[in-house]
Amino acid sequence: MSTTALPHHPQAEITADPDVPAIRIERDFNATAAQLSRAHLDPEIFVQWCGPDSVTVRVVEWDARPLGSYRYLCVEKGGEGGGEHAFRGTFPHVSENRIVQTFCYEPFPESISLETMTFTDLGGGRTRLHAFSLCDSFEARDQMLASGMDTGVNEGYLKLDTLLARGAL
Amino acid sequence: MTDALSRAFSALADPTRRDMVARLTEGDQTLSELAEPYDVSLQAVSKHLKVLETAGLVTRSREAQRRPVHLEADVFDLMTKWIERYRDRAEARYQRLDAVLARLEDLDPDAPHDTHEGAAS
Repeated sequence: MSTTALPHHPQAEITADPDVPAIRIERDFNATAAQLSRAHLDPEIFVQWCGPDSVTVRVVEWDARPLGSYRYLCVEKGGEGGGEHAFRGTFPHVSENRIVQTFCYEPFPESISLETMTFTDLGGGRTRLHAFSLCDSFEARDQMLASGMDTGVNEGYLKLDTLLARGAL
Repeated sequence: MTDALSRAFSALADPTRRDMVARLTEGDQTLSELAEPYDVSLQAVSKHLKVLETAGLVTRSREAQRRPVHLEADVFDLMTKWIERYRDRAEARYQRLDAVLARLEDLDPDAPHDTHEGAAS
């Protein structure tokens, strides 16, 4: 279940748990736990990275205090007919080392997933993010896994290319 | 495509079926061979087998008398690809976060190597 602290995860490692409807992600960052926490909790920073390239993220409501709630829209780029997808949830726990967040896609408000983000200091200014998404059924978990099937696989790399070109990395 | 994968994933949501699949990775087996370790009726095992067959995870040859059950490796490749894509999207998201964090450090000179200073304000 949990791995040792030894392997490095410069790239996201994903595990779809066979026994519980959950997805685990591990990823190392050149940042402190406090910065990572801030990037998840400060809405102005959050919108800069959370959505795929094809959408603009607009925060409608955001109260990142324990028991506060949030709601944001992913607005598809590309003019007319661009769809809007709303996501919402609450922040049951918020701290520098750990964030517990509920999450749902608004058309399916009863299908709530529980997201736990833990930030572990690796020393030398590096921090490991453990993200654990627990869904309410295997079906919901698999839908979450499948939700990007029809978006371009290379989209993420294009976005990265843009960042590289701008010298942002 | 997504439906097929969805069926495959939900077929594997059951521990007995996962165990059957794990044993089939070592080679084809007949229904009675598959049923042997379990404390359930042959009928129950046959039901599990139907679910795996419908999901395309296993096939049974019509010709041979023993009708051995065969694992379809291709479906597992698809499932792996599915998870890969999810991973790619997560990685893309975190690369955007990398870029954002790099900008934060520029704005906040205390932050990079001094873990306890960053949160002040």
